[in-house]
Amino acid sequence: MPAKDAAIKKKPASRKKKLFTRDDGELTLLSLPTIIWFVLFSYLPMFGIVIAFKNYRMIPGEGFLSSLIQSDWVGFKNFRFMFLTADAWIMVRNTLLYNFAFIVIEMFLPVTLAILMSQLISDRLRKISQTAMFLPHFLSWVVVAYFVFSFLSYDKGIANQILISLGTEPVNWYAEGKYWPYILVFLNTWKTVGYSMVIYLASIAGIDHSFYEAAVIDGATKWQQARSVTLPQLKPVIVILLILAMGRIFNSDFGLFYQATRASGQITDYRQTIDTYVYTALMKLNNIGFSSAASALQSVVGCVMITLANFVVRKIDPDSSLF
Amino acid sequence: MKNKANEQNKTPAYMQISKPANLVISLLFIILALISVIPTAFCFIISLSSETSIAQNGYRFIPSEWSLDAYVFLWEQRSTIGNAFLVSFFITVVGTGIGLILNTSLAYAISRNGYKLKKALTIFIIIPMLFQGGMVSSYMINTQMLGLKNSIWSLILPLAVSTWYIMILNTFFRTSVPDSLIESAKIDGASQLVIFARIVLPISLPVLATIGLFLTFLYWNDWFQAMLYINSKHQDLYPLQYVLVSIQNNIDFISQNPNLSGYVDTSNIPSETARMAIVMVIVLPIACAYPFFQRYFVSGLTVGAVKG
Repeated sequence: MPAKDAAIKKKPASRKKKLFTRDDGELTLLSLPTIIWFVLFSYLPMFGIVIAFKNYRMIPGEGFLSSLIQSDWVGFKNFRFMFLTADAWIMVRNTLLYNFAFIVIEMFLPVTLAILMSQLISDRLRKISQTAMFLPHFLSWVVVAYFVFSFLSYDKGIANQILISLGTEPVNWYAEGKYWPYILVFLNTWKTVGYSMVIYLASIAGIDHSFYEAAVIDGATKWQQARSVTLPQLKPVIVILLILAMGRIFNSDFGLFYQATRASGQITDYRQTIDTYVYTALMKLNNIGFSSAASALQSVVGCVMITLANFVVRKIDPDSSLF
Repeated sequence: MKNKANEQNKTPAYMQISKPANLVISLLFIILALISVIPTAFCFIISLSSETSIAQNGYRFIPSEWSLDAYVFLWEQRSTIGNAFLVSFFITVVGTGIGLILNTSLAYAISRNGYKLKKALTIFIIIPMLFQGGMVSSYMINTQMLGLKNSIWSLILPLAVSTWYIMILNTFFRTSVPDSLIESAKIDGASQLVIFARIVLPISLPVLATIGLFLTFLYWNDWFQAMLYINSKHQDLYPLQYVLVSIQNNIDFISQNPNLSGYVDTSNIPSETARMAIVMVIVLPIACAYPFFQRYFVSGLTVGAVKG
């Protein structure tokens, strides 16, 4: 083993004299298309973030770059004006609160379900229910929005049919904001819980069986086994998923908040997140100042959060960090 | 994976939970499984209901009258719906192909130990994971510099590459492609391009299947790109998913502006059952296919979660 290590280490050292070997050239040629993709679709937009600090206006007959260069610098004016509106605070509040709710559920529910499922005696039931619960993960929010509508439609939906048969007044769901926090949390859980459960199930399948045998010999009950063997073994995965979710706390699932709510104007205060605000300001209101400011804020906070999250993960478990 | 499943099969009786507990847990999972699939089944039923039964009773699990009219309507509208289906199919196939080529080639390059740019390129692809330009500047650059507005490529190119895919592929190439194989091919005079195409790709089919499936579902389910980049003057570029969005927008527009309804052509807005039939055209291929591909998703997830 040591001899092999030394051989591997020596090779690059001796190659260093040649600047670029034939191998290096060929590998670079191979990766060139992807490098170009990253430049066009990742790196150019990073610099495009200066739009937020400019009073961007399209100059007729000139390209994007020269328009951008000729637009005036306005510093943080776009941000200041945006935060003078109530909308800005609402979208930040909603993004944070919904993410907190999702994170708390994501921490407890899939783990609990995975532990319970691993206990099922029938193999077939375990496989069938796992497959069934995975289905929502493969559906788009547009499709889910049609499902939601079949339940919540005012005159035809199942929910109001039930309410009427119980003798209560039907509810105009898409106009009553107070129900939506519950609906949105339910929808997000419905769509993601099967997927997360599968991650934990894979980890549980990897736990050494002798731990459980030892626990049984010591007289541990099922509950004690779950608490003292399974949970500690799952802890690294739980912690890492949790911290990565914290890193995305300023992001939201556009489809959930825009499509599933049908972007209804009457419930804006309950559904608006940063992503839907950016889209609406850009595409519907043509307000490049506000939308670019919100977008830039999201990018910067997101960068800080994910770096922090990764830093914490690396402290806990270096192998699980992103970089 | 198989061995582990067998191990679990052999769980000895004294390790099993009690019969009543098993019954309760079984019931719980039967209910959860039903909650997960019932909405899909419900929309399928709606698509098979007759218009009159919906007008009378609303959406029902057992409609008073069944009908295939919605699917007949779709068949009659095949010039538009069929076109949207072809667009979806095209972006899925071409996107998955382009995505596989772009992701694997770079992943292979940075998986080679002696490669001089290995470190630089690794950093180069990780930076976009931390810092993104965001929706506004991406939109500006894609439409005004790259000319992607109202182009089919706007539905394909921006989604093709992901650092996450490259990391999964890189882990696989590093751990499962033996160095000796590549060295011996090199001694035979093969170039890296030949080695990559003729040796590395054929022995990497499991991970190619995983990434290929990620990409397939990503493209088939995408509507957001069309929402940003395709405007209503280019409806022939709408994928199926976005056809659903635009139908919804038209209905909302009419219900919010009843006095304008005379100005909007309502004749081409599909009926409720027809809308659900379009949903089914999207969902049925997924629902039939994913049970067979599930294990690739699970293996992809665990490879990604346990970074190698």
